[in-house]
Amino acid sequence: MNCVTVPQKRVIYAKRTQLMEQDWIWGLIGGLMIGGAAALYLLVNGRIMGASGILGGLVDGSGRDTMTERLAFLLGLIGVPPLVALLYPAVSTNITPNIWAIIAAGLLVGIGTRLANGCTSGHGVCGLSRFSVRGLAATVLYLLGGALSIYVFRHILGVI
Amino acid sequence: MRRLSAFATGALFGTGLLISGMVDTTKVQGWLDIFGNWDPTLAFVLGGAVLPMIFIWRLAETRKTSVLGTVIPARAPVTLDANLIIGSLMFGVGWGLVGLCPGPAMASLVIGGWGGVLFLLAMVAGMLVAPPIRARLTQATA
Repeated sequence: MNCVTVPQKRVIYAKRTQLMEQDWIWGLIGGLMIGGAAALYLLVNGRIMGASGILGGLVDGSGRDTMTERLAFLLGLIGVPPLVALLYPAVSTNITPNIWAIIAAGLLVGIGTRLANGCTSGHGVCGLSRFSVRGLAATVLYLLGGALSIYVFRHILGVI
Repeated sequence: MRRLSAFATGALFGTGLLISGMVDTTKVQGWLDIFGNWDPTLAFVLGGAVLPMIFIWRLAETRKTSVLGTVIPARAPVTLDANLIIGSLMFGVGWGLVGLCPGPAMASLVIGGWGGVLFLLAMVAGMLVAPPIRARLTQATA
């Protein structure tokens, strides 16, 4: 029995590292596309590509004068990925079934990004690349908040 | 033209979020799980997005206006106020709890099932109540 299980374990391990490396390559390609989108919006429209700001300006009415531009961005962001997903049937969000966690997290993300005036795209992608102090501070703080959240809810409370 | 390029920006951004794994909540939570089974994929996503943008910012700031004639946004004054600090921490806690931030929440809205729709509704509700909270925080710390 022993002679069989050891090589099998090795095969599984090799497959797992291979899958992980594949994820990194897709991550890099997707990241370059995200950067390309931010570049397009900055160089052509002269605006910072921030997902929470573009949506938030429509929700609270503060971005009424640029409404159609915001709506066009959201149409592309919401409408096109499902078409691309047809080519990658394996894509899943694997979202938690816990509706209370979903509601609490949605509220925190909505309020937090509007107080901070930016999220992962605005402060993270556009802020860090401009060497913005506010962008860097926000990124450090939301990564810290995220790591703390996982530590508490997964490792201490065990709810996610 | 402005709308067309905004649509193209959204489409490219969303496709990048999908392909990179940013819409997969388990990958995002794995990236934030530094005390557990850490997944470094998001470092590649962030690197791929940020590094080319450094040169794009240089270009934009030397040209001063965009192709369509909009003035390149000025740097915000460096103020690390209560809104930035408390807001970013709140956002981080919510991001870790479910693994979705605003961009991926919208990019995965159609394919993400009812959980994703509920998340987006809660996020929009949060955005609606944010302005008075912001005003109060500004007042309290002024």
